Amino acid sequence: MENSIWIATLAAAVTAGTPILYAALGEILAERAGVLNLGVEGMMLVGAVTGFIVAFLTKNPWFGFFMALLASGAVASVFAFLTISLRANQVVTGLALTIFGTGLSGFLGKAYIGIPLPVTFKTFVIPGLSQIPILGTIFFKHDPLIYLTYILTPFLWYYFYHTRPGLNLRAIGENPAAADAMGVNVFALRYFYVILGGMLAGAGGAYLSLVYAPTWLENMTAGRGWIAVALVIFAVWDPFKALLGSYLFGGVDTLAYSLQAATAVTIPSFFLKMLPYILTIIVLIISTRRTVIQRIGAPGALGIPYNREER
Amino acid sequence: MAVSSATRSFIRWEKRLQPSRIMSVIVPVVSVILALIIGAFFLSATGFEPLKVYEKMFNGAFGSRYGISETIVKAVPLMLAGLGISVAFRMLLWNIGAEGQLYMGAFGASWVALTFPQLPAYIMLPAMFFAGCLMGGLWALIPAFFRAKWEVNEVITTLMLNYVAIFWVDYLVYGPWKDPEGFNFPLTASFSEAATLPTIFGTRVHLGLIFALVSALVLAVILWHTRWGYEIRVIGESARAAHYAGINIKRNIMLVMFLSGALAGLAGMSEVAGIAHRLQHGISPGYGYTAIIVAWLAKLHPFMIILVSFFFGALIVGGYSVQISGVPAATVSMLQGAILFFLLGGELLTYYRIRFGPKVGDVNGK
Repeated sequence: MENSIWIATLAAAVTAGTPILYAALGEILAERAGVLNLGVEGMMLVGAVTGFIVAFLTKNPWFGFFMALLASGAVASVFAFLTISLRANQVVTGLALTIFGTGLSGFLGKAYIGIPLPVTFKTFVIPGLSQIPILGTIFFKHDPLIYLTYILTPFLWYYFYHTRPGLNLRAIGENPAAADAMGVNVFALRYFYVILGGMLAGAGGAYLSLVYAPTWLENMTAGRGWIAVALVIFAVWDPFKALLGSYLFGGVDTLAYSLQAATAVTIPSFFLKMLPYILTIIVLIISTRRTVIQRIGAPGALGIPYNREER
Repeated sequence: MAVSSATRSFIRWEKRLQPSRIMSVIVPVVSVILALIIGAFFLSATGFEPLKVYEKMFNGAFGSRYGISETIVKAVPLMLAGLGISVAFRMLLWNIGAEGQLYMGAFGASWVALTFPQLPAYIMLPAMFFAGCLMGGLWALIPAFFRAKWEVNEVITTLMLNYVAIFWVDYLVYGPWKDPEGFNFPLTASFSEAATLPTIFGTRVHLGLIFALVSALVLAVILWHTRWGYEIRVIGESARAAHYAGINIKRNIMLVMFLSGALAGLAGMSEVAGIAHRLQHGISPGYGYTAIIVAWLAKLHPFMIILVSFFFGALIVGGYSVQISGVPAATVSMLQGAILFFLLGGELLTYYRIRFGPKVGDVNGK
């Protein structure tokens, strides 16, 4: 029976990792386009609160999820305008987005704090696949939003490396001047991917408030947006590695939680709560070391606004 | 290519030779006004009367002796943390960890106060001052070390350490340091009389204000009258130029982050010694984050940080005073974020001017 506990823990790790995965995939899109968006935490919160309020009022979680994408896309477009058109400092603008998103979500969600969501996504056991021993339970007895990431992750990988638009995306992140000379519209594409990335961050937030919790709490992302940003470096901007990393963090989250429940272990809960953040730092150090040694990694123009007149 | 694009564009951004002085005053003021308009939109959409809310906020912050003194009280940690952030930002070191450094400074000062309660004030307060600065500085040295040694992104590490520091203080006040007579509230026992910062005019305004003013002065002297300050400014302008000039960048990363963290730690010390008189859960309601906006709005200038802190202190106090009538506490952080947004957007106007018509005198297209 010891076995089934571990399987349940791993299945829970997938659930806990999914919000981070959505956000990390979104950040990969923005960073591949050369834009460092540190506002992930804020966009997730906007997505979380919008998703919850809409789902609560309409009793339709899918509609809530959809509106969460629109709302977080909207705040991402503000970031895009400031950093792409007005060439504002990306680090500080990202912080502004996080502060604004935190405030806005707290403002909008005040009346909804702690209310359980009456209708949420139903677990859908995939026939056939769920029968696979061990893996079936870990991966194929979840809600539709998790299955969506199973499609999204390989799709993004294929898109980056095997399609023409994917090549253009990588080009505007590596060398926007060259891409521009080739007739690629750097500005329009950067807008597109930053907003799309923001929508995915919002999807991650909505997953928290619609499925994981499922309720709204102020600051309920608790740093997951920042963990996602760190994860992108760990994943060397690769969707599949982001998936692995997200489940790793989901696992640590779950482990900390179940250790807390198992009172036999006398580690104070505050130290367990520190774990994901300390792990983020360690993972970031290791992955930075690796990218430096192997000379792979960040898109060449990451964080640098593109200025046509100064190329 | 460039010629064709230049002749096509009718509105152009032209870089100013020098940042516009007028714009650097107009932009922050207009940013605040526009942010208030955005706030008004959300307030009225949720059924409040924005003008009444703002009026109440203003009266709460400035309308009484108590309001004004509270505004100053809230401005003090913003000043200290903002000064710390500004010196790091000047070097393009993105220290987002002021919040955690503040908590660790509060922890260090509290350790002194709780461990040696019998100390006289003239030893106690300097010891707490020193411990607060040291703990804040050391906490900032962790990300500084990884940044200097392996170029590990300090934005993420400083931010992650905020959570760790807050949980550490929570562990103490919910656990081993909890006041046995505190009715199970997450706070330590009260400090001794000697560990209390003197206050002025019978208000809650404490010596921390003097710490902040002196720190701003010292920082200005360091920045513009010492070799070290010169190095910090050169690295901020161009790390490459600094490298060729023989400036030790790694050493400066460590030193500047220590100074940055020490100032935030001092903010923590002055909060426990000046206001709370004990360590408690939530000793800072996010001063470390607000201070980032303060520093940026002040264009990282030490004296401007002092001024801008008063404004943000007023915003916090005003926010508290309207919470009673049901306005969400998050209104203030929403306004803060919006101010920063507009400020960032407006900065382009400080460094560029808008020109209409096709580009002239640039036939070579370079």
